[in-house]
Amino acid sequence: MVDAAHDQVDFVPPAEVGEMELYHPKSWLTKYVFSQDAKVIAIQYSFTAIAIGMVALVLSWMMRLQLGFPETFSFIEAEDYYQFITMHGMIMVIYLLTALFLGGFGNYLIPLMVGARDMVFPYVNMLSYWIYLLAVLVLLASFFVPGGPTGAGWTLYPPQAILSGTPGSEGGILLMLISLALFIVGFTMGGLNYVVTVLQARTRGMTLMRLPLTIWGIFTATVLALLAFPALFVGAVMMTLDRMLGTSFFMPGIVQFGEQMQYGGGSPVLFQHLFWFFGHPEVYIVALPAFGIVSDLISVHARRHVFGYRLMVWAIVIIGALSFVVWAHHMYVSGMNPWFGFFFATTTLIIAVPTAIKVYNWVLTLWRGNIKLTLPMLFALGFIVTFVNGGITGLFLGNVVVDVPLSDTMFVVAHFHMVMGVAPILVVFGAIYHWYPKMTGRMLNVPMGQIHFWITFLGAYAIFLPLHYLGFLGVPRRYYEMTDTSFIPQSAETLNAFVTVIALIVGVAQLVFLFNIGWSMVKGKKSGPNPWRATSLEWQTATTPPGHGNFGPTLPVVYRWAYAFGLPGAKDDYVPQNMHPDQVAIGDTADLSGTAAQPAE
Amino acid sequence: MNIFRQMMVKPWLTEQGAVVELLDERTFSQPTPKIGLRLFLIVVAVFFSLMLSAYIERKVFSDWNSLSLPWLLWLNTAILIASSMAMHYALVNARRGQIDGVKTGLSAGGVLTFAFLVGQLLAWRELVATGYYVSLDPANAFFYMLTGVHGVHLIGGLVAWWRTMAKIRRGQDAVQVRLSVDLCAVYWHFLLLIWLVLFALMLLT
Ligand code: HEM
Ligand SMILES: [Cu+2]
Repeated sequence: MVDAAHDQVDFVPPAEVGEMELYHPKSWLTKYVFSQDAKVIAIQYSFTAIAIGMVALVLSWMMRLQLGFPETFSFIEAEDYYQFITMHGMIMVIYLLTALFLGGFGNYLIPLMVGARDMVFPYVNMLSYWIYLLAVLVLLASFFVPGGPTGAGWTLYPPQAILSGTPGSEGGILLMLISLALFIVGFTMGGLNYVVTVLQARTRGMTLMRLPLTIWGIFTATVLALLAFPALFVGAVMMTLDRMLGTSFFMPGIVQFGEQMQYGGGSPVLFQHLFWFFGHPEVYIVALPAFGIVSDLISVHARRHVFGYRLMVWAIVIIGALSFVVWAHHMYVSGMNPWFGFFFATTTLIIAVPTAIKVYNWVLTLWRGNIKLTLPMLFALGFIVTFVNGGITGLFLGNVVVDVPLSDTMFVVAHFHMVMGVAPILVVFGAIYHWYPKMTGRMLNVPMGQIHFWITFLGAYAIFLPLHYLGFLGVPRRYYEMTDTSFIPQSAETLNAFVTVIALIVGVAQLVFLFNIGWSMVKGKKSGPNPWRATSLEWQTATTPPGHGNFGPTLPVVYRWAYAFGLPGAKDDYVPQNMHPDQVAIGDTADLSGTAAQPAE
Repeated sequence: MNIFRQMMVKPWLTEQGAVVELLDERTFSQPTPKIGLRLFLIVVAVFFSLMLSAYIERKVFSDWNSLSLPWLLWLNTAILIASSMAMHYALVNARRGQIDGVKTGLSAGGVLTFAFLVGQLLAWRELVATGYYVSLDPANAFFYMLTGVHGVHLIGGLVAWWRTMAKIRRGQDAVQVRLSVDLCAVYWHFLLLIWLVLFALMLLT
């Protein structure tokens, strides 16, 4: 009896939520710039993240140009290459994806989807954005200091990160560490908001198990981030002290240019532990929101309830918990005790179980669904395929004996780009195509979107599949140049050139997307409040885009989960979460926006 | 709210969905700022545990020369305990509705906290004067860093303390400031606990 219509029992009025006091902006400045409205903050976060993401994209072109056509470009020296790698990796992972999923989507969707007027601590939420912006600016500033940005690799391993042989060891590394610390402070402010809003500000009837999976994903990812980022923070503080005050937290005794440095007695491996205690959960900080969003996209665009909702929620939570006990699979080559390697390989493989459950459930949701190949659906399908692909190579790398020879080769680069680069980015796009109508009142242009999808999706495979092969050949990661290396065949160079050309094309295709965003804001088809005929609360707001306070004079009351598609006896093939049971048969949506009086309390 | 019980519900069965609301509260009954503070304290606790595990991991090696802690730290510990007690006194009075007691408690708590911070700085100076520089060896580095980050957290607490004092000066009564005082008291007790753990670990060498 999965699709049970509403029972005839009288509805128990759910517990009362107090209306929250809203901050009402008085001037243009407090309304659009120093705004405390989560929707404005979300847009600020998203634009900043996408802007800095474009920098990382351009950096990837630079690296690809060098790899594809070595000894051609005089403006890319070896030092530059290391700096590009480092900044590209760090920006993509932290300043783009983390900020966009949690600061961008989290801020926009959490209050709307749980039925709240705003986040619970709006002032702190505003601060969160401004500190994030400051972190981004500090990071950008490192391009302009003497010595340039740090070239230590995004993992920033000491001792090399702060020794003079590494580019950017003058100012770049310090700015990087400061920027990371700022990012974490800003994120923590936002993160407290996201978690407490989900816990405390849900509207009447919105029990935890009626939350859309998007919220579960973002919520769990935020909890992970709150617990994992402190590790990076500790690492950053200690490395800053090592660099500025000459302490030796991570610095062993070192002889440089024949001279004994004043460092001594520190442990570089300690940094690796701290970094990966953050770094592995970071993968899931990016992946869990993507999981949640994809579940909702395929449910809405296949007109079917999510298969195994409860299992999906539990899988998200269990994956989140397990992600804290696998970090050392990034350190198999650090000379650890073989028993540790065994332990971490085992936990790593165990994570595959809840992850596989999610994939099965997505497929079963699609099975016999009324699949509509809308743009969000295309991107969601692209995600599932890509994630499975990257996940499988992850299973290989999770085994110590396989990882040791492949470690630090292009195979690893291919693996993590599939699983945490391409896959989440596809979800970002799918989510933007899905929610853009709510944010602007207009649809994104479909032909442009299709061009964008196919080039990005096929292009990503053309770029990253060959890298697996190059990895098998033994092409190392983070190498500026491989010409005249005897064990690498000539054909590898042709392949590299091919990959570079595709990478440039894929990059240009993103401009189509950006153009579409701007163009549709003016010229796009009017969407109406609920173009996808979706059930969750954000589509039932009084106005589109939702106004200050999100809902009308009264908050919506929730009667069911977010996946009521095809209920027997209902007039439409979907029933909004806040539609009163008496209205399901007539499909009267007039009452939903919270403008009319709510049913008897 | 019992999260785990809520998570056992099958939302596709609507009857059950309605029943949960009868059985269980939908959200935590505590005021939202208190939930926020607790979550923040969890984050801070993670932060300190990571630093402490780094400390312990390093300490087990044989080349660890522990530094002789200045006796001043004992006095500072006593002062911090007193400030925490003063905050608690303020809270008890806020619960009883006695704004005068709140004022006394808060002021004393704040002043004692300042005294603690000054005391910590003096302890640092004493160490520096005897040649224990931060860059001397890992034991020194950890000492300065751990005491430093603990102090920074207290300074953050003083911002909240200052804002609560300002509310009282603006004439708010005990009921209105009760939540703020409550948050301050919890935060102070928590930082006292962290200090006691830090201090104990530094003594145990
Ligand atoms: C157009 C898409 C992209 C291209 C062409 C690209 C290309 C590259 C290249 C050439 C490298 C350096 C390989 C090496 O020599 O070691 C690299 C490293 C990296 N990329 Fe990407 N990338 C793209 C997107 C992304 C995305 C979306 C992410 C987000 C997770 C990402 C994360 C990273 C990371 C973490 C590194 C490692 C940096 C390091 O070794 O320190 N990339 N990428
Ligand atoms: Cu990992």
